[in-house]
Amino acid sequence: MAASHPDRTSRRLPITGKPTTFRQRVREWLKPKKQAPWMENPHPLLLIGKGLLLLLIVLVMLFPFVHILAVSFSSSTDVLGGGLILFPTNPTLDAYRVIFNDGTVVRALRVSAQLTIFGTFVQIVATTAMAYGLSKPGVPGSRAILLMALGAMLFYPGMIPSFLLIKELGLLDTYPALILPGLIGAFNLIILRQFFMNIPQELLDSARLDGASDIRLLFSIVLPLSKAVLAVISLFYAVGIWNSFFNAILYINTPSKWPMQVVLQQIVLEGTPLNPASVLDPNRPPPPPATIEMAVVVVATLPILLVYPFLQKYFTRGVLTGAIKG
Amino acid sequence: MSRAPFFRYVPDARRDGAAHPARRVMEIATSHSLPAPKRAGKHRASLARRMWNNRWMYLLMAPGIVFFLVFIYLPLIGNVIAFKDYSPFLGFERSPWVGLENFRKLFTDPDFGRALRNTLQIEALQLLFAFPAPLALALLFNSMVSEKSKRMVQSIVYLPHFLSWVIVISLWQEVFGGDGFLNQYLRNQGIGTVNIMSNSDIFKPLVVLQMIWKEAGWGTILFLAALTKIDVSLYEAAVIDGAGRWRRLRDVTLPGIRPVIVLLLILHLGFALSVGFEQYYLQRNGVGAGAAEVLDTFIYFRGIQNGDWGFATAVGMVRGVAGAILIFTANWFVKKMGEEGVL
Repeated sequence: MAASHPDRTSRRLPITGKPTTFRQRVREWLKPKKQAPWMENPHPLLLIGKGLLLLLIVLVMLFPFVHILAVSFSSSTDVLGGGLILFPTNPTLDAYRVIFNDGTVVRALRVSAQLTIFGTFVQIVATTAMAYGLSKPGVPGSRAILLMALGAMLFYPGMIPSFLLIKELGLLDTYPALILPGLIGAFNLIILRQFFMNIPQELLDSARLDGASDIRLLFSIVLPLSKAVLAVISLFYAVGIWNSFFNAILYINTPSKWPMQVVLQQIVLEGTPLNPASVLDPNRPPPPPATIEMAVVVVATLPILLVYPFLQKYFTRGVLTGAIKG
Repeated sequence: MSRAPFFRYVPDARRDGAAHPARRVMEIATSHSLPAPKRAGKHRASLARRMWNNRWMYLLMAPGIVFFLVFIYLPLIGNVIAFKDYSPFLGFERSPWVGLENFRKLFTDPDFGRALRNTLQIEALQLLFAFPAPLALALLFNSMVSEKSKRMVQSIVYLPHFLSWVIVISLWQEVFGGDGFLNQYLRNQGIGTVNIMSNSDIFKPLVVLQMIWKEAGWGTILFLAALTKIDVSLYEAAVIDGAGRWRRLRDVTLPGIRPVIVLLLILHLGFALSVGFEQYYLQRNGVGAGAAEVLDTFIYFRGIQNGDWGFATAVGMVRGVAGAILIFTANWFVKKMGEEGVL
């Protein structure tokens, strides 16, 4: 890194180029990216201003997460003490004990987890099958089918007709109502089709000459080559199902069937209390409602945070460069 | 552009479409770049033969075809109940036709007028503040930071995009709500509390801020991609001609990404009447319908909660048609001005 700009940074950095002291590490983080020779050196005040602005942005983005995490681990004395809670002084797991002993949250978590796993599977299978069918050249009618799928991106049928459809199909208050309306995202379909079409035709043709059927080609050539893109689309489908709130509000009436997002809304925004369970030490005061609420938020956010690095790895490297080159 | 990025991987694109015009840009960009199907040459097998040869392909596509027909096109036709006095007991076919009665009610219903006004006001604020925010952020990212810290900041600001509105509103509630962090702090300092989250007077700026917090980071992606496509030699030439940093921003950078800005603006206008559902539904209780009722929530409460099916469908239809008209008009106007349009 440092070796590429000996004129700028060699004064402070050792020849190896690896920053060692704290000060050098900070410089490494603040070092401007490779500059073209015509660029003037940025004014130090401008640099400081931008740095502060970025720091402010990072703080604004991260503060709520740090805060709710701290609150969720706080004891009632911490919360009642008020003030800036960034680190609980008497950390306790009481709030988590309460929510994991209360049937509501556990059931909602189970519902959401099952929906996400099963729904993602169904959606990715349907999307893959259709994308593969559309990717083969010379299938009569495939252009019309493709146009039909593209049309779905332009028209949204509307809330009421969609609701009445689900009702007429007898799907109200059933889980398929949360999965089927989003079975195939038209955009995912197009992306996958493009990917399949980029697989060298010679590869497929030679397998066809050997007598492989279309189905065989799909399983032994196309799918193994598309693992990465399939994984990414699955992740996006999974995040979508885990986050789905609107459809659940619309289609699921029975509270015991609600997925996590609706239960989260009921507890945190509507203020439906959870019973402090008997598992807690009776000598200690039960955790205050705010703590329990934040623990529920943390639990609902955690799965997204866990898959986020995978999502992020994909969209900063793969697609962004793809989009730029395109 | 033909290699469309990830924007549309995000589900629920239609519902929150107003927030992410970027997605629609890429959608439309893709639809233009479809390669024509290859022809097999002069001596083609008969149609029936070719169809039989591809029978497995049809089988694979069958579930998808059924999905699009049943879940997109069938309800699209179902919009005809806007011309009926639909009642669940009579059903789709036996409900009586009422002509344009439901549309006439649009002009007299005070609640609809309120929802429309709120939607337009929020949309105007979004256009003024939430729309340029990603652009400003992208310029900031582009202008200074070291690659390393730039990537770190990016991964932080993209994150809220992947969280549901329920979680985002919960976070805001915890920071700014009545018992939230800010008010507890003020209370402990002996200063009076401030009502932010359930104050109908500041609700509209608040939702725009929420939108910026959640989506501005994600919105930078398209601008950043466009920024890297600007020809570097233009900057060199500008420097030789003596252009400073601000001059280069005005005369090279902004013109370079103008096509993207224009595209996004057109699509944003197309969703002018749809600001989303969840963000408003979730805060409607605290703020009251007077400030928080938008067209999406109006359709939900009027149609699904109160059973005024025909009228709610008519509202949805008018919204869709108005959006289409706005897109076409904006597109026409932009083409007149010598820009490249969307369509």
